[in-house]
Amino acid sequence: MNLRTPLANTRGLGSAKQGTEHFWHQRLTAVVLVPLTLWLTTSLFMLNASDHNTILTWINSPPNTVLLLVFIISAFYHGQLGVRVVIEDYIHSEWQKISCLILVNILVVLAGLVSVLAVLKIFLGI
Amino acid sequence: MASVKGPLSPHLTVYKWQITMVLSILHRATGVFLSLGLLLLSYWLLSVASGPDSHAALSAHTSAWYGKTILFLFTFSIYLHLCNGIRHLFWDAGLGFEIKTSNLTGIITVISAISFTLLSWVAGGML
Repeated sequence: MNLRTPLANTRGLGSAKQGTEHFWHQRLTAVVLVPLTLWLTTSLFMLNASDHNTILTWINSPPNTVLLLVFIISAFYHGQLGVRVVIEDYIHSEWQKISCLILVNILVVLAGLVSVLAVLKIFLGI
Repeated sequence: MASVKGPLSPHLTVYKWQITMVLSILHRATGVFLSLGLLLLSYWLLSVASGPDSHAALSAHTSAWYGKTILFLFTFSIYLHLCNGIRHLFWDAGLGFEIKTSNLTGIITVISAISFTLLSWVAGGML
């Protein structure tokens, strides 16, 4: 039998010391993504109907490579933070929720790595 | 803990549709949709990195009517989420909470998103 009040129990867990981290990182990546998204969509629309070589040359230019890598990392992180909240809000069964969160994290890491490696492969000309 | 079976609150169906609630729902919906768009972006980068043949194979799909439809929806989602995201950042700074203001910024968000989408497609020669 537990004689502690719910409040005492909660307090007993202690602070994870990262309560605002999710909120703050979501905003940080959002601010970074505003100019980067405008830059990427504009570039992609300008690249529309370009041949393979033109696209390679575009990715190959150092500023584009760097901005593309920053976009990929920020966007995947931002997406992971957002989808996580949606899952936590709408999936109520504990094991389904945790399974979905793990699955999303695996997908984000895999697809993010694939994107980064693809850009690096083009940049290095391998 | 035993789950409580009872009516869910808030009762979503009794509310009058308003621009603020529609944008709130669309912000989440476009967010999830755009996460799928990131998977498409990595597939595109992978196909470009793999060579002209794999890139041409993907382009055949993205230039077909169904591919273009999906890309159009992605374009609109990007601009809606971006404009509404800026609205959210102002709220985070404590600005624009008044009902009049948030209705107005909501309308500006929708008009901007539609304009940016059409502008991109016309300028990019996609329409």
